[in-house]
Amino acid sequence: MKGITDMTVTDVQSTEPNAQGYCEFSLGAFHFSRDEYFVHITWPTGKHVLSADVFLRALQRDVAWDFFYGTVNFDSVFGTVNHYGTVDMFAGRFNDAYRKAELDHTENFETPLIRDTFKAMLDDWTNASFDPFASPAETDKPFGIKDGSNTEAITRRRVAANRMVSVPGDEQVRTDETHPVNRMFADVPQDEPEVYPEPGFEDEVAAYNLYKYISRSDVTWNPSVVSVCKASLYCPTSEEYMLPVFHGNDRVEWFVQLSDEIVWDVQDRDTGAPRSKVTMKAGDVAAMPGDIRHQGYSPKRSMLLVWENASPELPEMIRTGKASVYPVDF
Amino acid sequence: MTEYVTKFGSLADYDKGSIDLINDQAKNYAFSNIFEVASSSKPWEKVAVGKNMQYVLEAIRAEGTSEWRTCAHDEFPLCMDGEVTIELVKLDTPAVPADKEGSVRIDGEPVGKKMGRIVLRKGHQALLPANAAYRMSASAPSVILLQTILGDDTVERWADICLS
Repeated sequence: MKGITDMTVTDVQSTEPNAQGYCEFSLGAFHFSRDEYFVHITWPTGKHVLSADVFLRALQRDVAWDFFYGTVNFDSVFGTVNHYGTVDMFAGRFNDAYRKAELDHTENFETPLIRDTFKAMLDDWTNASFDPFASPAETDKPFGIKDGSNTEAITRRRVAANRMVSVPGDEQVRTDETHPVNRMFADVPQDEPEVYPEPGFEDEVAAYNLYKYISRSDVTWNPSVVSVCKASLYCPTSEEYMLPVFHGNDRVEWFVQLSDEIVWDVQDRDTGAPRSKVTMKAGDVAAMPGDIRHQGYSPKRSMLLVWENASPELPEMIRTGKASVYPVDF
Repeated sequence: MTEYVTKFGSLADYDKGSIDLINDQAKNYAFSNIFEVASSSKPWEKVAVGKNMQYVLEAIRAEGTSEWRTCAHDEFPLCMDGEVTIELVKLDTPAVPADKEGSVRIDGEPVGKKMGRIVLRKGHQALLPANAAYRMSASAPSVILLQTILGDDTVERWADICLS
């Protein structure tokens, strides 16, 4: 074992490249390797195989979201749970059959260690022609022997406004130079609001075109923050094909479908048992309860406004019964 | 080459989605449609369509001219249909305590300097700065989605608007 030093801390455990050119990684008792088509994960009580494209798209979101709110299920077996400072990595923990067979395994890691291990794995296993943020129609395949890297694509900066996009000193609007309009949003109007500040109020009289902003997103299923009302965050995202993970909620999360349509597959968070299919069309608003996992399917690139309450005390409030897993009582 | 058509909703043309239940209750999702809510709302009624603890999303039917309002924290209107003009005034003295959540109505004309004016159309989002007074107007029925905090004038009628 040796430490990767090009982009990570030296605690990341990896091997020399294997026959296909990919390093293998270890974190705790978990071991990760990939070949031309698959990712192989082993742990003391079992082993698992995922297609490399499934694994890399999920890994990309887990890294980009910094483990997000709650659980990121790469598939029905493997994933992470965010404890905001530490992260659980698990196999079979949220799979009824693995639990009953006592084959599940969970380990907890300090966030910097798992973050750096995941970043190193993502960087080593992503070839030059594959962009795990892109829809399948917009990128080449991830398969084959090791063929270069795509560090620029996988390390895109996550946009997070402090107040609102376009406010002076905050995140700025997207332009042709940096963010051309996506092929599926070519018909989205690109007009700007009319803003007439009086002298001295240029910093506080602000507006921008959110739909134009989303139409120029170069990633899929990757929310960014555009406006902040205390812990209330507007996190719009452009969605095409399918959410690469099943997101397990540790709080209520809301969706506003701004354009087109997404179908959500909703399952019990802990067992994976099906609960519903939610079809959202433009103008629809719906909550994802705090005890489910969900995966979305967007046949055409669509605009989704994810609305989050980022209050750090929420998971504990839900765990202790001080807050409900359901959005409203009526 | 395929010409993609992006489908946005409007007061005149919206298509509400649905929930196919397998082992759940529809009301757990608080599923509504902003345009449907605005279709049956009074002008400037602030109807909650999303709620997460104290935070809310309000669907507002913009029609005619609103009252003047102010708020101790920032709010963010997103125009989802039509055209809405916003006037802003920097109040000489904040009208609400710093810890007051949600907006309140101002009686009469606000006292302070004019900050400016914004015209929003579909897809445009604006900042309503903390402790500014604001008034909105729309010559034709329009729709605003407001990111704010539950206030005295927030209307909650979940049973009327949500799938159940």
